[in-house]
Amino acid sequence: MKITMTVNGKAVSGDVEGRTLLSGFLREHLSLTGTHVGCDTAQCGACLVHVNGEAVKSCNMLAAEADGADVGTIEGQANADGSLNAIQQAFQDHHGLQCGFCTPGMVMSAAALLKENPRPTEAEIRKYLEGNLCRCTGYHNIVKAIMAASGQDVSSIAAE
Amino acid sequence: MYSFDFEKPSTVADAVAALGAEDAQALGGGQTLIPTLKQRLAAPSKLVSLSGIAEMQGVCVEDDGSLSIGGATTHATVAREAAATYPALAALAGQIGDPAVRNRGTIGGSVANNDPAACYPAGVLGSAATIVTNTRQIAADAFFEGMFTTALEEGEIITSIRFPVPQVASYQKFLQPASRFALVGVYLARFADGVRVTVTGASEDGVFRWSEAEEALNKEFRPDALMDLRINPANMIADLHGSKAYRAHLVSVMTKRAVEACM
Ligand SMILES: Cc1cc2nc3c(=O)[nH]c(=O)nc-3n(C[C@H](O)[C@H](O)[C@H](O)COP(=O)(O)OP(=O)(O)OC[C@H]3O[C@@H](n4cnc5c(N)ncnc54)[C@H](O)[C@@H]3O)c2cc1C
Ligand code: FES
Ligand code: FES
Repeated sequence: MKITMTVNGKAVSGDVEGRTLLSGFLREHLSLTGTHVGCDTAQCGACLVHVNGEAVKSCNMLAAEADGADVGTIEGQANADGSLNAIQQAFQDHHGLQCGFCTPGMVMSAAALLKENPRPTEAEIRKYLEGNLCRCTGYHNIVKAIMAASGQDVSSIAAE
Repeated sequence: MYSFDFEKPSTVADAVAALGAEDAQALGGGQTLIPTLKQRLAAPSKLVSLSGIAEMQGVCVEDDGSLSIGGATTHATVAREAAATYPALAALAGQIGDPAVRNRGTIGGSVANNDPAACYPAGVLGSAATIVTNTRQIAADAFFEGMFTTALEEGEIITSIRFPVPQVASYQKFLQPASRFALVGVYLARFADGVRVTVTGASEDGVFRWSEAEEALNKEFRPDALMDLRINPANMIADLHGSKAYRAHLVSVMTKRAVEACM
């Protein structure tokens, strides 16, 4: 079946099966391998992308369901000149990653949160990230990075 | 996943027609069905997506004051749009899974699936809601028939669910943090004509009404009214997260918390 959608502002199309997942379409058809597949069971959030502006686990959505949608992935996050956007830069500045596997999902989740709630509290950030698992950092620096990206003071946040 | 065809109708009538094909199955948000298909526990010939059907979307208040929620409405939409009219139900929707799951998962899919640890069945049964399908209306008391079993016929679609709005209500969820479902959840709704107490996550038979607690609270609406009540652990679920006795104890604790939240 032929599907067409906008991915990171560009019109794309492809021929998919009914069972093709959105994560598979992005990674295998479009070679956008920044969207990671960690668990493939909707638990970890590494595959999180935006569909019509909303956070979605792309391993748990059929590509055909995104026909006609506006999809955003980690590849679309950098500024137009290629420099890191505020969230990405804050992850670097505050050591919000170690191996980096969860990071695309974390950044996409953070972007969805800040769109909805531009100045979240620490508790709101932790709550929002319930569906994003990180096996490395222990989360503190991820929370810190997102606080910093929203322009808030992070000096009081626990644990480096 | 086994291979299947995909169809996305834009009306209930077209969806019902498409579901007439042999082994066709409805697709809500896919948050339960897609993982099931990945495990090859189901092999539909065709998935019929309900997400493009405008008449199954959204939240509205009816003339009689009840709240009607379209069967394909996401948990996130309910959490947002039911908050003013029915805050306890909106809060329940806002506690399901995580934000990304709530952006896809739908009320119809959750209620049709009737997972024994799901949140919505407790809210639907606790509110004495009516499940509206493409062919009939089913009272919640007659809808949930046990773990993963409902009164729905093959190919029948939940088009909306109508909730009478209680005077006060509360959903108390004891989180099972790995699955994000309820280890035990209690929904309490107080109407002019009485109290309803429903329990999810606890029983081998799925969601149920705790009638002894309802009677005690109808006599006296205070947490202490439940003091001497114990629920029989015999029918409770036992798994690595909690024994039967632990779940039975949690039912009492969460019910008391629900009463306190309604005071
Ligand atoms: C990580 C994670 C955490 C979760 N946490 C929770 C939680 O805390 N609490 C909770 O309650 N749930 C939880 N869920 C389940 C979630 O709420 C699902 O969205 C829900 O159970 C199924 O809804 P769906 O729309 O995704 O349905 P689908 O997965 O698409 O379908 C489920 C079943 O319902 C049928 N169906 C779908 N829509 C209809 C309809 N309108 N009429 C008739 N039949 C229909 C399908 O054919 C299928 O058999 C979680 C899921 C995940 C992945
Ligand atoms: S890969 Fe999709 S949630 Fe883990
Ligand atoms: S940085 Fe390794 S999983 Fe998060």
